[in-house]
Amino acid sequence: MIGAEGASSSKKARISENPVSKNRPYFALVVDDDPMIRRIHSMILKSVGFKVEVAENGKEAVDLFRTGAKFHIVFIDMEMPVMDGIEATKAMRAMKVESKIVGVTSRNSETEREVFMQAGLDLCYTKPLTMAKIVPLLEELQKN
Amino acid sequence: MGYVDDQFSQLHKLQDESSPDFVVEVASLFFDDAEKLINSMARALEQPCVDFKQVDSHVHQLKGSSSSIGALRVKNVCIAFRSFCDAQNREGCMRCLQQVSHEYTMLKSKLQTLFRMEQQILAAGGSVPLE
Repeated sequence: MIGAEGASSSKKARISENPVSKNRPYFALVVDDDPMIRRIHSMILKSVGFKVEVAENGKEAVDLFRTGAKFHIVFIDMEMPVMDGIEATKAMRAMKVESKIVGVTSRNSETEREVFMQAGLDLCYTKPLTMAKIVPLLEELQKN
Repeated sequence: MGYVDDQFSQLHKLQDESSPDFVVEVASLFFDDAEKLINSMARALEQPCVDFKQVDSHVHQLKGSSSSIGALRVKNVCIAFRSFCDAQNREGCMRCLQQVSHEYTMLKSKLQTLFRMEQQILAAGGSVPLE
């Protein structure tokens, strides 16, 4: 089970063998170096039923997966120190992470967003995340 | 034009009994972030040889933060500010720095007043409408 927010928490996300079930919670990872964004995005996701864990940069996110944590969906910022969203996404896909990975960026440049998508994203949204963006993703998880 | 847009209302709607201080917490994080960024912009613009890419980077971050909290006027100044960074126009950037600092100061003052009033209402046994 996911514990309190914080990538350093000893409680890591655990998903059962049948993770996608309407009777079980959905696990999300929010990856952003901005504490305000982590707080807002976590709150939005929790309000629709996600269990949320956070990471401050791409390396923390990759390390979570390396230690066996699993998430249904990852929301990842593009620009972060230590390891950015592009490198982290590439690393997660190279590790065969099957979670839906959604890029979240303030950048409007099509070229930059395309580079981010090419790293292995399923989707790329402009910040901030809103209910209108989250609810369809949850519905898709429930359908699958 | 209002100081905040619908995004601020959406944040208010997320506040509940389990996170009764959510909006105040987010606002505090924004205040810390914005002040650091505005100071960084000022330092960068004071340099004899201005690194406009660095200034732009700080403005971009502030634009992102202000969008996330719904700080409409701050965000709009940042949009104009970025144009002057692109044009490497120091005077334009300095004017925008003054404007963004002013808008931020006004917003902070108004939000702190709002939060104080909300606390007073709650302490008196009342409730705060979401809209």
